[in-house]
Amino acid sequence: MVLISLGYGCKGGAATAALASDAAKRVYVAPGEKDEVYAFLSGGFSGQMSVYGIPSTRLFKIIPVFSVFPENGYGYDEETKNMLRTTHGYVPWDDSHHIEASMTDGKQDGRWLFLNANNTPRLARIDLRSFETKEIIEIPNSAGNHASPFATENTEYLMAATRFSVPIPQASVPIENFSKGDFKGTVTMVKVDPKSGRLSLELQILVPGFDYDLSHCGKGKSHDWCFFTSYNSEQAYKMIEVGASKNDKDYILAFNWVRAKQCLDQGKASNFGGEYYRNYLPENQPAISEKLSGVKMLQPKDCPGVMYYMPTPKSPHGTDVDPTGEYIVGGGKLATVIPVHSFSKLMDVKDKPEHRSGMIMDIPILKYESTLAGEVKKPCLGPLHTEFDGKGYAYTSCFVSSEVVKWELGTWEVEQHLPAYYSVGHLSIVGGSSKDPYGKYLIALNKITKDRYLPVGMELPQSAQLYDISGGKAELLSDFPTVGEPHYSQMIPAKLLMDKAAKIYPLEENKHPYAIKNEKDARVVREGNTVRVYMTQIRSHFKPDTIEVRSGDTVFFHVTNLEQDFDIPHGFAVGGAPEMPNLLIMPGQTRTFKWKAPKPGIYPFYCTDFCSALHQEMQQYIRVLP
Amino acid sequence: MKIIKNIIKFGKITPVLLGLIAFSFCGKEKPAEAESSVGSKGIGPITSVTLGALDEGMAQKGKQNFETKCSACHKFEEKVVGPALKGVTERRTPEWIMNMILNPMEMTQKDPIAQELLAEHLTQMTFQNVQESEAREILEYLRKMDKK
Ligand SMILES: [Cu+2]
Repeated sequence: MVLISLGYGCKGGAATAALASDAAKRVYVAPGEKDEVYAFLSGGFSGQMSVYGIPSTRLFKIIPVFSVFPENGYGYDEETKNMLRTTHGYVPWDDSHHIEASMTDGKQDGRWLFLNANNTPRLARIDLRSFETKEIIEIPNSAGNHASPFATENTEYLMAATRFSVPIPQASVPIENFSKGDFKGTVTMVKVDPKSGRLSLELQILVPGFDYDLSHCGKGKSHDWCFFTSYNSEQAYKMIEVGASKNDKDYILAFNWVRAKQCLDQGKASNFGGEYYRNYLPENQPAISEKLSGVKMLQPKDCPGVMYYMPTPKSPHGTDVDPTGEYIVGGGKLATVIPVHSFSKLMDVKDKPEHRSGMIMDIPILKYESTLAGEVKKPCLGPLHTEFDGKGYAYTSCFVSSEVVKWELGTWEVEQHLPAYYSVGHLSIVGGSSKDPYGKYLIALNKITKDRYLPVGMELPQSAQLYDISGGKAELLSDFPTVGEPHYSQMIPAKLLMDKAAKIYPLEENKHPYAIKNEKDARVVREGNTVRVYMTQIRSHFKPDTIEVRSGDTVFFHVTNLEQDFDIPHGFAVGGAPEMPNLLIMPGQTRTFKWKAPKPGIYPFYCTDFCSALHQEMQQYIRVLP
Repeated sequence: MKIIKNIIKFGKITPVLLGLIAFSFCGKEKPAEAESSVGSKGIGPITSVTLGALDEGMAQKGKQNFETKCSACHKFEEKVVGPALKGVTERRTPEWIMNMILNPMEMTQKDPIAQELLAEHLTQMTFQNVQESEAREILEYLRKMDKK
């Protein structure tokens, strides 16, 4: 990473000199008091998601999503390892970028979060009662699932568009054919079951081979539409950093998803190949992993009115819809203005030939000025992503000049420059992408922290900065280092979530096929060379507590935590087990550790999560016989 | 580490399990506080229980719940994790037993008898998500065992 134009971002004053003297008080959450807001930060290249309290910026939890997690055994144990199955096999890592919060009527409803995996195209659902990943669906006919998972106003659908266009279906063609139109992108509509949250692929639309970057869906009057940015309209395939920056404007793709669904229902989509996995973790049971194949694919030419291109300067990243649904704000990474499109104008001109400048794959290209509501002139360098405070102001992050600019919707006037440290990517305001922002806090998610923290080797922590935006002037309150790259965030008021948190898995509802609900049932069952240990845990002992197996046996430890008390997980670890880290088993939960019995000897096992005064005694032995 | 925590903040107190119950002083010095609370109803949602003739149906349901949620820590004849339960319905009031099942955390923090028991057994009795009606059934099962 290169620190560009650091000086520019700091021109407002060195470091934190401008901090209001009472900032410390405003982020102080006294011992025993609780924070006002949950901030969910995606982990970028860590593949995980982290949960912070705001305003304290205390780290509460890391939720593993697309990457294995030794702390609790996610991705390793027999129950969760299938969550990471894909058509490429078991993929234990990903690059996770964008978090979306479920919404009802355009407002956060506190049910689920969704997260994309960019590298091996996938999309996940995280349940906000248990703060656990419950479902992962693979996106076929995609290479790089970046513009994802942005939700429609009632979470009817999640959108997923491909970052790296490739031949679809896949084929080994000369790479230079990219410029000849052999490469394509797709937009995928993932349906969300309104009751269960279960995900299914409803439709894909084949689109020109650009790089689709980000998306946001409309609200209110623009309910039927989603907007995708694209870069590399040049279709460069070599030295892309130069080749993809030639055109003065790239495009925002305006996509009418209601119309797409109509065309699907009218039979205008055709059967298309593409295999994908859908992995689902039912409550307290092993993950169910299904391999599915085939999608319905729609060609824009067969569904007039489904898509339009709005030219947008230059290599746009963000496309953000304001709370009223009228303004679509582009973030041109290399642009000198922040362009704002008007939804009303789009509706007015989209089918009038005099407002078109061409077609690509039967998708009309509209003239830039025809949909333009206004431009914020010279706001900063590298405008990227815009969030809204619900009071008529927008906040745009500026990567190159390392700042956040506050500007007014309608007048397009810049109100304030706020320095960020450094190279800010995305921003988040509490509820800021919904119809109903709770415009009190803003965080800036930064890539670089030079000179902000104690050095810790060559890699410094990436970080976020918290601002108070409740008053007339926004103020920096604090900095905090983050886990992985804090790529994107959703912030949700605590009152929407805290009372809903699950406390236990009720034992009587435990449908795990290898659960036992009673110490009396603890036993060791041999089936040939396979040994199943039905084990219970409760403060502070295991049953059975002495176990004998034979060298070479495949041993399954099916461990049920019999506790029914809040915050009493037990751990389970066996000495020297090569493929298994720790397991954390929640109250009432059953998890399974698979172990190949090694050479004869005595092997200890023990509880790893400090559970009571006798925790240290929660240990036993397995004897491996010759 | 989660030994001592205040569950009261987390809303509804539902119950638990394991009766920690018996504690006989065997002629040794009796702790003054504990003595003064003999006959105590304990602390929790139960203020009054009317006992009738033994209800076999309730006792049977209580037995099932006891086996799932209590027996990992309590036997009748010997101390395991918690105290042996033989005679518990003679030593404690029915209200105290049910409150211990339903509200063990607050009981071990504030009730003198429960405090003594924690000091002896050193393991916090767990809340096992037992509903009030289920605690009553477990009590009935304990009564049945004491009548044997
Ligand atoms: Cu333990």
